[in-house]
Amino acid sequence: MFEIISREIFSDSTKLIIVAAPDIARKAEAGQFVIVRISEEGERIPLTIADYDRDSGTITLVFQEVGKTTIHLGTLKAGEKLVSVTGPLGCASEIRNYGKVICVGGGVGIAPLFPIARELKAAGNYLISIIGARNKSLLFWEDRMRDISDEIIVCTDDGSYGQKGVVTIPLKEKLENGNGTIKRVWAIGPPIMMKYCAATTHEFDTPTVVSLNSIMVDGTGMCGACRIDIGGKTMFSCVDGPEFDGHEVDWNLVLSRQNIYLEEEKEAVGHYCGKKGCKGLGR
Amino acid sequence: MSKSDELTARERMMIERQPMRLKKPDERIRDFFEVALGYDEEEAKKEAERCLNCKKPTCKEGCPVGVPIPEFIMAIRKGDLKEAARIIKSTNNLPAICGRVCPQETQCELTCILGKKKGSVAIGRLERYVADWELSQNNGAIKDTQKTGYRIAVVGSGPAGLTCAADCAKRGHTVVIFEALHVAGGVLVYGIPEFRLPKQIVRKEIEYIERLGVEIRTNYVIGKIYSLDELLKKEGFDAVFLGTGAGLPLFLRIPGENLNGVYSANEFLTRVNLMKGYLFPEWDTPVKIGRKIAVVGAGNVAMDAARCALRLGMIKSRRDNCPPPEVHIVYRRSKAEMPARAEEVENAYEEGVRFNFLVNPLEILGNDKGWVTGMRCIRMELGEPDASGRRRPVAIEGSEFAIDVDTVIVALGTRPNPIVFSNSDEPVRTKWGTVEADEETGKTSRDRVWAGGDIVTGAATVISAMGAGKRAAREIHTAFIEKQ
Ligand SMILES: Cc1cc2nc3c(=O)[nH]c(=O)nc-3n(C[C@H](O)[C@H](O)[C@H](O)COP(=O)(O)OP(=O)(O)OC[C@H]3O[C@@H](n4cnc5c(N)ncnc54)[C@H](O)[C@@H]3O)c2cc1C
Ligand SMILES: Cc1cc2nc3c(=O)[nH]c(=O)nc-3n(C[C@H](O)[C@H](O)[C@H](O)COP(=O)(O)OP(=O)(O)OC[C@H]3O[C@@H](n4cnc5c(N)ncnc54)[C@H](O)[C@@H]3O)c2cc1C
Ligand code: SF4
Ligand code: FES
Repeated sequence: MFEIISREIFSDSTKLIIVAAPDIARKAEAGQFVIVRISEEGERIPLTIADYDRDSGTITLVFQEVGKTTIHLGTLKAGEKLVSVTGPLGCASEIRNYGKVICVGGGVGIAPLFPIARELKAAGNYLISIIGARNKSLLFWEDRMRDISDEIIVCTDDGSYGQKGVVTIPLKEKLENGNGTIKRVWAIGPPIMMKYCAATTHEFDTPTVVSLNSIMVDGTGMCGACRIDIGGKTMFSCVDGPEFDGHEVDWNLVLSRQNIYLEEEKEAVGHYCGKKGCKGLGR
Repeated sequence: MSKSDELTARERMMIERQPMRLKKPDERIRDFFEVALGYDEEEAKKEAERCLNCKKPTCKEGCPVGVPIPEFIMAIRKGDLKEAARIIKSTNNLPAICGRVCPQETQCELTCILGKKKGSVAIGRLERYVADWELSQNNGAIKDTQKTGYRIAVVGSGPAGLTCAADCAKRGHTVVIFEALHVAGGVLVYGIPEFRLPKQIVRKEIEYIERLGVEIRTNYVIGKIYSLDELLKKEGFDAVFLGTGAGLPLFLRIPGENLNGVYSANEFLTRVNLMKGYLFPEWDTPVKIGRKIAVVGAGNVAMDAARCALRLGMIKSRRDNCPPPEVHIVYRRSKAEMPARAEEVENAYEEGVRFNFLVNPLEILGNDKGWVTGMRCIRMELGEPDASGRRRPVAIEGSEFAIDVDTVIVALGTRPNPIVFSNSDEPVRTKWGTVEADEETGKTSRDRVWAGGDIVTGAATVISAMGAGKRAAREIHTAFIEKQ
């Protein structure tokens, strides 16, 4: 059993938990994830390790409530336990001193982006961060990102905070003004955002890393649920990724596979909320 | 002396092989409960009477773990089930599982002397009978063995790992099993369906292994949380046994294989069995099943996938008041070449699975939303025998046709999952990804690392994996003794 040490509420639908998992904390690297189960009957869901503390033996998870499991997870408080946390899974990010890099985080994607950005900074890169969300209330960790960045741009779709508009707008400006000095871009967020970020950087031929959030079951390369197409080759995002070259990703496939269980997920939420008398998604 | 001991060999040979009761096909496809119901006391006694208690029991030679077969059958005859269980367990740690899924017809029952004339003794069913009886008793404490102080890490909790762990524990070594999934059992829990092997049975047999003193740490993916190196050097294990199986799914490599509605058999079976997808939404993990399902392949895995699909479809049909499903096996060779156990093929037939032989898929067709709408296939004929000795299927030119399906399950086989090897000093592997290990000892090219089961042989059987676990345990033990 894995105890939740503390919980922080970022917004109606975004929450952070710190979980005691000493063996995982000891080994975790930026870019990796865990598979979480919250009850015996529960689904196995992947969540990125947003931070880890090797000394206190904890890992930090930030999640958005989108379906049954994440809604349930959102109800758990400090002192309650998760029945299983498996990890660290996936490959660690390739952290090197590239020179000048841009890290783009969208919505809950800011959480998985943070440890990568921090390591990039520690490795000596000049770090430009661009973070965005649909509106101000969904934005978090601006302070953490600001602390490690050489430059930071914040935007919201509705203009309720920072610059108005989507993250690809400042991304394009930075690439245009960078005159080829931007060596690499990381983009983590909803698939559609990553797709457009990759399209933007493609024009400039800037290598771009994205983190694919495929639907997974085991997370160890055993089931093939997470398969994706990278440059015409089928790969498993749990073991070959989750990070991939954004220019090689078949985005239509990523987007379509995201929808496989749409109907069932609705039913699961209905079933869960019917039993608990909750109002469904807190949005 | 009981009366039965007085039967003559001739009289024994007159007794018919006792059939095992099965649930009726139209009933069993409505749920996931066990299909085969097992013997009752009378049936078991009667079947036990058939054994000739041979001086040189050929049955035993056919058993990869060497169960003293006539001895346990004699104990059943005497009505001493406790003794029968003890005899079986002296070499087989998982008898209730083996009694259900072992291919007895090609092992002990094939070599049983009676097989030639009257039908072999139903050894598997008797084994199941004894094991089930024992599981129904309150299992007493197991006496402590003298600890040797040696520590063994077993990676993977399938039949190979469980057997190696149990045998090492019985010799007094401290054993920790590391299992990647959240439940121990390997294919026994994630692959083989409930209706063939109830998970309750697997759990109870694993509890026995834990009572021998074996610690099982689930949710530990070796290669990620510890490398082999770390187990041996930092975590202080004296030996490692690799029993990680062959869990990496193979795909057809044809267009359309990533469409929504195409499953690997591993994913499908894991969602259904391990995650209890058939109990959705009481259990959280969904599994999508259409109306017309094609299962590609014809091994045990394909039969299990087809029969699960059928049941899911029936449950859905009743729940949503829609027509029952149509489940097709699509296989590029003919019936004679099917690798699945005869009994399972028979069960699938009875339940209404349809077989399409000499048909090879060329492409999976989809709509603009990315969902499967059909499968383009070609008819095959059998040509000359190939390296495997089976006649090679050859495409018949111009015979292409499309079948109308909305779900495709690919059951073509598996290879060892390489995840256990990330970043460490690896044992030598073949081009198939299997680990090279000595067949007799399980020793790999890497010092203090043994391996056995599907990771060495590629996909095989429960009992052969157990045999390998057993041999490795013996060799590990010998290695320690030699060190002293
Ligand atoms: C490697 C990896 C890391 C991830 N890290 C995080 C993280 O740090 N924080 C976080 O909030 N989420 C993360 N996700 C996504 C998270 O796993 C899903 O949101 C979660 O599985 C949804 O479960 P659910 O039962 O609540 O919702 P479901 O009922 O399963 O799904 C509800 C909705 O979410 C979508 N969805 C389902 N699975 C995923 C998925 N894997 N990714 C994206 N959308 C999905 C569905 O299409 C559906 O619209 C990550 C996914 C992967 C693969
Ligand atoms: C659907 C299906 C039906 C079958 N039916 C039959 C049958 O009727 N009769 C029969 O005899 N055989 C049958 N088989 C074959 C039989 O199940 C296997 O041969 C047998 O289970 C192999 O045992 P194993 O211990 O080598 O591996 P497995 O049972 O595969 O167990 C390996 C275990 O190792 C774990 N693991 C893998 N990597 C790691 C890691 N890095 N760290 C930690 N743990 C790890 C896995 O999660 C798994 O639990 C069937 C197989 C399948 C898939
Ligand atoms: S070979 Fe057959 S008859 Fe002879 S001892 Fe074995 S089970 Fe009994
Ligand atoms: S999640 Fe099963 S292979 Fe990736």
